[in-house]
Amino acid sequence: MPEIKVTPLGAGQDVGRSCILVSIGGKNIMLDCGMHMGFNDDRRFPDFSYITQNGRLTEFLDCVIISHFHLDHCGALPYMSEMVGYDGPIYMTHPTKAICPILLEDFRKITVDKKGETNFFTSQMIKDCMKKVVPLNLHQTVQVDEELEIKAYYAGHVLGAAMVQIKVGSESVVYTGDYNMTPDRHLGAAWIDKCRPDLLISESTYATTIRDSKRCRERDFLKKVHETVERGGKVLIPVFALGRAQELCILLETFWERMNLKAPIYFSTGMTEKANHYYKLFITWTNQKIRKTFVQRNMFEFKHIKPFDRSYADNPGPMVVFATPGMLHAGQSLQIFKKWAGNEKNMVIMPGYCVQGTIGHKILNGQRKLELEGRSTLEVKLQVEYMSFSAHADAKGIMQLIRMAEPRNMLLVHGEAVKMEFLKGKIEQEFSIDCYMPANGETTTVTTNPNVPVDISLNLLKREMSLGGTLPDPKKPRTMHGTLIMKENSLRLVSPEQAMKELGLSEHHLRFTCRVQLQDPHSDADTLHRIYMHLKSVLKGYTTQHLPDSMSVMVESIVVKVSSSTEDPNTKVLLLSWSYQDEDLGSFLSTLLKKGLPSTTV
Amino acid sequence: MLFYVVICCPMLSYVILCSMLFCVVLCYSLLPYVILCCPMLFCVVLCCPMLSYVVLCCPMLSYVVLCCSVLSYVVLCCSMLFYVVLCYSVLFCVVLCCPMLFYVVLCCPVLFYVVLCCSVLSYVVLCYSMLSYVVLCCPMLSCVVLCCPMLFCVVLCCPMLFPVLTLTPPPQRELMDLSTIDVILISNYHCMMALPYITEHSGFTGAVYATEPTLQIGRLLMEELVNHMERVPKAQTATCWKNKEIQRLLPGPLKDVAEVWAWKRCYTIQEVNSALSKVQLVGYSQKVELFGAVQVSPLSSGYSLGSSNWIIQSHYEKVSYMSGSSLLTTHPQPMDQSSLKNSDILILTGLTQMPTANPDGMLGEFCSNLAMTIRAGGNVLVPCYSSGVIYDLLECLYQFIDSANLGSTPFYFISPIANSSLEFSQIFAEWLCHNKQSKVYLPEPPFPHAELIQTNKLKHYPSIHGDFSSEFRQPCVVFTGHPSLRFGDVVHFMELWGRSSLNTIIFTEPDFSYLDALAPYQPLAMKCVYCPIDTRLNFHQVSKLLKEIQPLHVVCPEQYTQPPPAQSHRSDLMLELPAPPLPYRRCSVLSLPFRRRYERIHLLPELAKSLVPSEVKPGVSVATVSGMLQSKDNKHTLMSVPRPPPAAPTKKRKRVAEEPPELLAPKPLLSGAVPLDGFLATLHKHGVSEVKVEETADGHILHLQAEDALIQMEAHATHIVCDNNEPMRTTLRDLVLRFLQKL
Repeated sequence: MPEIKVTPLGAGQDVGRSCILVSIGGKNIMLDCGMHMGFNDDRRFPDFSYITQNGRLTEFLDCVIISHFHLDHCGALPYMSEMVGYDGPIYMTHPTKAICPILLEDFRKITVDKKGETNFFTSQMIKDCMKKVVPLNLHQTVQVDEELEIKAYYAGHVLGAAMVQIKVGSESVVYTGDYNMTPDRHLGAAWIDKCRPDLLISESTYATTIRDSKRCRERDFLKKVHETVERGGKVLIPVFALGRAQELCILLETFWERMNLKAPIYFSTGMTEKANHYYKLFITWTNQKIRKTFVQRNMFEFKHIKPFDRSYADNPGPMVVFATPGMLHAGQSLQIFKKWAGNEKNMVIMPGYCVQGTIGHKILNGQRKLELEGRSTLEVKLQVEYMSFSAHADAKGIMQLIRMAEPRNMLLVHGEAVKMEFLKGKIEQEFSIDCYMPANGETTTVTTNPNVPVDISLNLLKREMSLGGTLPDPKKPRTMHGTLIMKENSLRLVSPEQAMKELGLSEHHLRFTCRVQLQDPHSDADTLHRIYMHLKSVLKGYTTQHLPDSMSVMVESIVVKVSSSTEDPNTKVLLLSWSYQDEDLGSFLSTLLKKGLPSTTV
Repeated sequence: MLFYVVICCPMLSYVILCSMLFCVVLCYSLLPYVILCCPMLFCVVLCCPMLSYVVLCCPMLSYVVLCCSVLSYVVLCCSMLFYVVLCYSVLFCVVLCCPMLFYVVLCCPVLFYVVLCCSVLSYVVLCYSMLSYVVLCCPMLSCVVLCCPMLFCVVLCCPMLFPVLTLTPPPQRELMDLSTIDVILISNYHCMMALPYITEHSGFTGAVYATEPTLQIGRLLMEELVNHMERVPKAQTATCWKNKEIQRLLPGPLKDVAEVWAWKRCYTIQEVNSALSKVQLVGYSQKVELFGAVQVSPLSSGYSLGSSNWIIQSHYEKVSYMSGSSLLTTHPQPMDQSSLKNSDILILTGLTQMPTANPDGMLGEFCSNLAMTIRAGGNVLVPCYSSGVIYDLLECLYQFIDSANLGSTPFYFISPIANSSLEFSQIFAEWLCHNKQSKVYLPEPPFPHAELIQTNKLKHYPSIHGDFSSEFRQPCVVFTGHPSLRFGDVVHFMELWGRSSLNTIIFTEPDFSYLDALAPYQPLAMKCVYCPIDTRLNFHQVSKLLKEIQPLHVVCPEQYTQPPPAQSHRSDLMLELPAPPLPYRRCSVLSLPFRRRYERIHLLPELAKSLVPSEVKPGVSVATVSGMLQSKDNKHTLMSVPRPPPAAPTKKRKRVAEEPPELLAPKPLLSGAVPLDGFLATLHKHGVSEVKVEETADGHILHLQAEDALIQMEAHATHIVCDNNEPMRTTLRDLVLRFLQKL
């Protein structure tokens, strides 16, 4: 029985370092290759030794697919391809291919230059790694090799985020990456066709959440920012340079314009302009509205948002600063946070998910005293707000996607175990399909039961189709009889006659003859007629023919011949003859006629 | 009170005509004429009885009445800036251009119709009665089975889907019922200009597939066309000329045009929107299922942004449709050749219209002519489409500007869609060649015209009015349409610059004969350079390509199978293949040479498991399959026949036996032979011992004396005669069957 095996090396009952191994139809595919932001040690990267203990990655893997550019989905890529060693193809969409190396380089700088870590991947490794990338277009069917094909669908989570369908023969798996089922200010909603995969691997970040409407959250966000700015406070919004940042920028830009606000908005690092450039060039990946109006007005050209300089952090008066990175674990956002944390007038708004171990996670959990490197502590007085702007599908969205794709099995990753458990229950209840949630390193086996594709001769198919009439009748199923010829790798279903001809066999005719004696005091012709009438009344739905010339009745191809016995003219001898193909009917007729003719038939 | 002044100066062979205040007209002629000028009445009437050619300028007046007594017609036109009146007395027609009112009219006074003609060979653009109708025909691009009157569009009908096409032979107008078309596959944005004619008002309910750039740029080009057309005020329409007797007398290509009655009015923007809303987007190599029967997928054809060749295939047959394709490295993604391999049939069309012109050489000539004219102080006019080759021209100029010292020369691109076209070109990175793609990763705009715009070297305007008129500096280079020179802003530049030999017009689009395009503007002083750039495959490239992809059959337009009529000795200008291609011509129905033998069916796993294969020959096994056939959306599955419900309770059993058997399927066919000794042994085992064997010519007869039965055995037949003993008969039957193979 064919099987699909799934082993998460990361993101199994966890968020961070997404890396899932899938074995399907003899092919091994790695889905995402991310890193964990919460760790600074080996746990940061997926455990590739799971594969490498048995040989090199390149030999084991047929391809690697990256769903989007977030570091928890692509952060370990240079480590895997250059340091562990993988030379096969890596698939990702164009925007991901464009943006991913920049984030990797950013991340590398923070880790190596700021934290002074060694034994980390280098800039050159990032470049070499990107050379192995093959770009994917939406809906394009990419033939990885003869049997393995992959196809990307729009996922809406960030620019260039994709869901992937992996298909080998008639078996298929869909991996969602991170996705969003509601369109936002700059991206559209995820979409997939009814592809009925054997297995759907879905993220489940918000497995238990059903979020209030997006508009409310936006209003809340704007209100909080506005209030803080009004009372002269500073607002820090830690973001990643690409993605959420652009959506919030659009939001604030329009709000500032409408309310005619004067407080400056800054965006840290030189990334802004560059990042916005990516959005301009990949405008086809944004939502309908932006795409339609981009010629007149490009939404990513901001008027109110200016680049940030380190010295501005000490400026008096209100301001709003977008700073990277998003989880306050390093870099500029952390520096600004340290400066502003002591003032209760200020506010930090965390617009996305923070993994465990980061300062973002700690302050969101209400921690008010932070231990920093070098044993110093930091008192957090500023207001901490969490705004879920993170574009993941909520429970409703996940259910919606299941309805769209109609998978036969479901597997949850990228979420917390407790929440997954809840969603798993819901899915099994609502869709009556099996739902799995393996932990890291745990293998889930899904048995598939694929149909067997066979070439059927068109003649046979047409013959059967015409038998059943044009419209199918549920009461009268159409049965088909044919001969399956198995030769080398081909399976062909042909009519028995054709099979015989093709195989060079000759037919063996098997016939039966049976004499039945009847007492019937009529002339032969009358008896014949009586038999005809009798058979006709009994065998409805059969063709019964009266052939007085040859003194016989034909039912289908069975001949019933009537003659008088030489001894007794009242004894009639019926001679039945049929071939093996009419065995059922022939047997029935002989039994029937032996019972004699009913007296009422004339 | 004199309201007019006439100054005649025959000796100087010109006339100066001055009204007190308003106008000056210069005419030169050796023939007598009368000039009337009446400024207070705001009109100038100029009569020139002998000449059929009159030029009249009246800049301050709001209209001009022009009479030509010999030809007995009157045309009114209003103008503020520049206009021209051309009379073709021989052809009985007048050309009037009036830029302020945005229209171009060609009038034939007698018949009240308007004709725009260009290129006898490849295009006929015809407009009649004040431009309310437009028909564009392109015979070279003519579609496989269907020609619609405005044939910018190639409609490819899938031969597998429409095995029977009810085509009526010409001259009947209705070639086929458009509402029976299920799917339209669009190859590139030049091939969709007639889409509204099919999707609107024809009852068409099918699907249209195109790539995103094709849709977006196609939309722009259609909007541009509509915009150009709508600049013309509407008036009544004339139809008399369409009568056979009158049409026969008409000039030029017009008299030879068939089916003039089928010509259509140009569509409106609403129709464009409605038509395009029916387009479904597809990406390269995306597999689209059609009715479960066939799969279509577009492949990059390398000709323009988003241009595609199409593959139509089932599990067993593959038809490729190769439309405009290019192997040259220009801006689009390179052509995908390998996916075209193993085609049963390749439909080949859209080859280059300029097989003798090398695009690279033309590009060089374009640049050098442009530089030469600018250096001499003249202007350069480039009539071109608003998308496509213009991107390459701009890129070429970008590299050329500095080396040719053209840094200060302004480049203008004038079209209602100029801005959109330039902007859209930058956002389709996925559809561009590798070089341009990698620029996006930096991130930089893929086309250098972004930089030309940024540095103010290239400026774009929606029309010649507004900003352009104030910012316009000479000498300059102007890119504008329409390349037929019959409508669009290019007309005004022809008037403005046509009379100076300093200026140059450079034709780059191959779709129109430049001589025909220029005909109504003659006599012209301006230089004309013809550098047609057609990147589509030439005959040499195509034969090389076909050798590579090796289709079983090639189907192509008849024109490709013989050298062009004008160069009948050039045997290199035709398709030469090892197996002769199947030519098609307009309105002909061609049946494609393949037979479908197999279809895909799926056996459900439980049925597959229940099969008992037996080996009939080494490596060949057979199994009889009986199953329930389910056909849904052209997908067939075979599942196990549900078992009949368990036998009814004993009471009813007797009645059940009296029911005739269900009309079930026939028993399997038998093959093989029954060996006598083996059979006798088996009989013996089953308690039949009294067997008398009698030899016959073909085999044996077995008399089973105790059972009163007789078995006649031959090599390929067995006959069991058994009266009155049904159990015995079935036993014998089963014993015989043991020795036979069932198929």
